[in-house]
Amino acid sequence: MPGKRVLVTGLGTFWGGRVAQALERDPNVEMIVGLDTDAPKVQLERTEYVRADQSYSILNRIVRATQVDTILHTFLVVDSTRMSGRELHEVNVIGTMNLLAAAAAADSSVRHIVVKSSTLIYGASYQDPAWFREEMSRVGPPKTRVERSLLEVEGYLRDFAEDNPHVSVTLLRFANVLGTDIRTPISKALSMPFTPGILGFDPLLQFVQEDDVVRSIEFVTNAQLSGIYNVSGDGKLPWSEVVAICGKRLAPILPPVLTAAAASPLSQLNVVDLPPELLDLLRYGRGVDNRRLKRAGFKFRYTSAGAVESFAQVSRLNTTIGDERTYKYERDVENFFRHSPAVVRNPE
Amino acid sequence: MARLEDEPLDDPRLGDVDEWGRSERIRELARRLYDPMYRQWFRAEWEGLEKIPTEGGALLVANHAAAIPSDAPAIMHGIETELHRPVYGLADHLFKSLPVVGTMWARAGGVAAHPENAYRLLREQQQLVLVFPEGGKGPGKTYAERYRLRRFGRGGFVEIAMRAGVPIVPIAVVGAEESMPILFKIPAVSRLLGLPYFPITANQLLFGPLGGLLYFPAKFKLKVLDPVSFDVAPDQERYSKSRIMDEAEAIRVQLQETLFDMLRARRSIWFG
Repeated sequence: MPGKRVLVTGLGTFWGGRVAQALERDPNVEMIVGLDTDAPKVQLERTEYVRADQSYSILNRIVRATQVDTILHTFLVVDSTRMSGRELHEVNVIGTMNLLAAAAAADSSVRHIVVKSSTLIYGASYQDPAWFREEMSRVGPPKTRVERSLLEVEGYLRDFAEDNPHVSVTLLRFANVLGTDIRTPISKALSMPFTPGILGFDPLLQFVQEDDVVRSIEFVTNAQLSGIYNVSGDGKLPWSEVVAICGKRLAPILPPVLTAAAASPLSQLNVVDLPPELLDLLRYGRGVDNRRLKRAGFKFRYTSAGAVESFAQVSRLNTTIGDERTYKYERDVENFFRHSPAVVRNPE
Repeated sequence: MARLEDEPLDDPRLGDVDEWGRSERIRELARRLYDPMYRQWFRAEWEGLEKIPTEGGALLVANHAAAIPSDAPAIMHGIETELHRPVYGLADHLFKSLPVVGTMWARAGGVAAHPENAYRLLREQQQLVLVFPEGGKGPGKTYAERYRLRRFGRGGFVEIAMRAGVPIVPIAVVGAEESMPILFKIPAVSRLLGLPYFPITANQLLFGPLGGLLYFPAKFKLKVLDPVSFDVAPDQERYSKSRIMDEAEAIRVQLQETLFDMLRARRSIWFG
């Protein structure tokens, strides 16, 4: 049986890079193509990197030319502080639409699509249940751009799954990620000497460790699972405890009313950027039920508190030695290793 | 990092706040602070406490009263100190939106009254859960309407008990109505503040606006009725709506009659 041929979108992101690294170790994966506008940030051995955006014509040509059978769509942006609302819509909604259109072409070789979404899709409100299961939907309409875009993406994905019953479609909804590499507004807030909070609220939060993120994507890819899965470490813990595990001090400087107005000077002064979806989370918290993925056979290595602890350990290390990355993508060097006849491959 | 497959994961927690936001340490502190109120102020007296299951899930159902309900803490305190098992009190989601109060309420054992929450507590965790089927309409009664049960919602509490496969244990409470009676309500203010009701209580008139938080020392009597079990299979998608309404109405009638019996026997509001 020939091995898997995999397309990874968002190779330049933490997710895409780490997932490609994991795939490279798998002998059943024959070929990996990675797509992004930014160069990969991790060292890759045999992944082919294509610098390209997510326009339909390019995606269509790549899918057709490489005859991929699996697409890992890790490119969705869930951190709204990284780009403007318009860009976010372009990348998430239009990019996914193009990708699905390319995968749905008449003679398409694609048989499995994995999409990395976020538990942001459930929102955070005072009317929420303590635990969201995958089949439950959010209580109120989406309030922020990133939530709206994720809802649209999931809508496209549902339609695609219905129209293409021969393709397994896996949707993973990740809780807030913490770990060694990834930078999110939460990890930035936890790196400050005083961590902001909303006065009078101490919400229960969940986290997933980044190794578990990569392992879960690997797991669903290998198991060819289809359906929707929440991915989050076991348990929940209050924000105050998260801050305490990180050895920081909680500063409930945000007032319970007009919270967004009070948060905006903080982001303008570049102290800490708290987007509206994070303010909702810091007020009401959120819990998602991870048992469906566990029933399918996935084993987490970290609980929510364990993810926080692992982040705290890395932060302590980084304050001592700095967090400079040693790897930098050099196009010519990488091409040499992959394609030059001078390189001996399969040294048996 | 080598790890055996089924070894429990490291869970480096620092606090004891559970998945519902409840902290046994804070609950313990709340019990210590509330105990004098319970014993000396309300002089709470139970009848039939042995009918509350010492293990397994059960849905406790009671009548609800007083502008700031005084019955929930009394029921939770009594059962927790006597039976040494936690009681989770379901209440309106609105609590969760209030700063400080919402957090303290959750730490002290309050849970938002979402059917999913009730199911998980009762079915999966086999806990005791307290619910007031009258909802906000119970405490929102004026003094003139005391001890007359309002509608029991839409019977959702019966459906949850059926789905969770647990009995319902009704509890009749006398005394709470007189601890903070509402003389009249100001609808314009409650609309403005987004509250279910804005009461003017006898306590406010006697002790001033802040003293309005002080309860009158009414004598509390709590009577546990026989548990009601349903001979239906748990975890069904749907249950007969008419059966649900019948059961809900039967429990309501029984609770109402018990309250009238207790009032017939009561000689004094303050001494029982």
